[in-house]
Amino acid sequence: MDDRVILRVGTKVLSPFILLFALYVQFHGDYGPGGGFQAGVIFAAVFVLYALVFGLERAMEVMPAKVAYACGALGVALYLGVGYLSMFRGGEFLNYSYLFDPEHDPTHGQHYGIIGVELGVLVTVFGVMVALFYAFAGRRRIDT
Amino acid sequence: MSQNLPALLVVVPMMLAPIAALINRSGPAWVIATSGAWFAFGAAVQLLRRVMTEGMIVYSLGGWVAPIGIEYRIDQLAAFVTLIVSAIAAVGVLYARTSVASEIEEDRHALFYAAFLLNVCGLLGIAITGDVFNVFVFLEISSLSAYSMIALGQDRRALTSAFQYLIMGSVGATFIVIGIGLLFVMTGTLGMADLAERIPAIWASGDGDRTIAVAFTFLTVGVTLKLALFPLHLWLPNAYTYAPSAVTGYMAATSTKVSIYLLLRFFFSVFGVEFSFEQMRLDAILMPLALVAILAMSSVAIYQSNVKRLLAFSSVAQIGYMILGISFGSVIGVAAGIIHLFNHALMKGALFMAMGCVMYRIGSVRIEDMKGLGKSMPWTMAAFVGGGLSMIGVPMTVGFVSKWYLLQAAIKGGNWLAAVVVVVGSLMALVYIWKVIEVAYFKRRENDDPIEEAPLSLLIPTWTLVAASFWFGIDAGTTSDVAMSAAESLLGMMQ
Repeated sequence: MDDRVILRVGTKVLSPFILLFALYVQFHGDYGPGGGFQAGVIFAAVFVLYALVFGLERAMEVMPAKVAYACGALGVALYLGVGYLSMFRGGEFLNYSYLFDPEHDPTHGQHYGIIGVELGVLVTVFGVMVALFYAFAGRRRIDT
Repeated sequence: MSQNLPALLVVVPMMLAPIAALINRSGPAWVIATSGAWFAFGAAVQLLRRVMTEGMIVYSLGGWVAPIGIEYRIDQLAAFVTLIVSAIAAVGVLYARTSVASEIEEDRHALFYAAFLLNVCGLLGIAITGDVFNVFVFLEISSLSAYSMIALGQDRRALTSAFQYLIMGSVGATFIVIGIGLLFVMTGTLGMADLAERIPAIWASGDGDRTIAVAFTFLTVGVTLKLALFPLHLWLPNAYTYAPSAVTGYMAATSTKVSIYLLLRFFFSVFGVEFSFEQMRLDAILMPLALVAILAMSSVAIYQSNVKRLLAFSSVAQIGYMILGISFGSVIGVAAGIIHLFNHALMKGALFMAMGCVMYRIGSVRIEDMKGLGKSMPWTMAAFVGGGLSMIGVPMTVGFVSKWYLLQAAIKGGNWLAAVVVVVGSLMALVYIWKVIEVAYFKRRENDDPIEEAPLSLLIPTWTLVAASFWFGIDAGTTSDVAMSAAESLLGMMQ
């Protein structure tokens, strides 16, 4: 490990920027759909890079397989949760205009709704990508 | 809340799936799966009632009205298919508790129930959506969860058969999405109702008609691969044989049925009966394949020594009956196909569940291991006989109703060959069902370690389906009314 200083330092320097870039992709063009998948992949790429440089064990300490696995399910729940919320507030499923009180501008609901949904996509894609990488890299079942 | 019922039908099982996976404990996950399946069943019953009285229900997701947004369109056929899927899921999940506990490792139970819920969600979604791309998405949800459920089988061959199904299923799904893509290129829309309006105009203009024809071909091949029409059925026997018993029973009764529904949707609602049957001559290709499927697959079934495999080949033959009905292109023919879709779900579900009971007690479903089971597991084998009678088409069972309508359709269409094949197919069913009955009832067991009857938690769901197959065989009016009006609206959509 010790002779790969450049790799290790490079990884440490780059990681926060990659994470930031993932969030940039997530929030860019926030009023429209799309972006969550790519952001999730970029977010997961940090942990893949970390595992490649520092080894799988240390990566699993930073991001336990259990957490990655739970993220995969949580994101779906978050996505659907936004849909349920709009339904409980009187609209159709995923009709974001109903997310806030009626006197509120419905376009705000549309903004936050799509962000919430895309966040769900990000979390799921991130979790599944990391879990997939662990499964392939470990060549054994992930113990959850 | 009731106006949101179409969405809830799909998203309640979808929401419960990640919750079951997160809780990750066998017992609670089963409770969640059960509540999801029974909720869907209740919702499907409600929706069918509403559709029969008020007509088609249209629901725009997210408040975006159809060509822009995705809409759910529930007509009689869609409501009927959701009822079949959710009813089988509701019975199947009760059955799954004991069967899964004995066949799948404990730490995978929660994942199994999550996959089960996703599968239910996907199949229901296919049935009620009115958007062709949404169909593809739900198709993938249901297929991926099906692959993973099959791979959980005890036998190591479950893995290879799941992989085989994955490859074939993905080829099918790719063909479907190519077909959808070509349609989108030509029409600029993905809504079924919109497509149905625009396709005839493009076809008539002669500009781009070839693209439409190619799209039609891709969709036909893709969907027939998914529904395992002979000779595209190669994935099915292995998948059904090596999957866990609970999965086989549930899947045999639902997933191919939903694919047949999809075929009906594309041929009748999107392309229209005139285009499908007069311009593209669909009957000329479907009918021979259906006839060959019935004869060839029934005779292959006769030579099987593993009963699950035998029933799987018989399923391919039965799919032949449904496609035969559809290929007549007449109201009564399509109705016969739809009736058989429902009836076959009941009887094949019952037969596979009975085999699951046998698997639970003796750990094998090979015919030679079933000697004397008629005596030691009387209720299980009686359920098998009950389902088998339907398979053969004995009067007072659902099998008879299906064949009656099929024969009527064949005779009305003046197709005597088809009528003969239907009868011969029934005789062949008699042979392969009898093979099992003979061994179970008339052969003595070599050793006498006692075999107990299957537990009630398996027998009750099995017998529910057997009882239903007799109930709807005697009271055939309900199903045939729904099927006839569904067929009329499918064929009437063109005019």
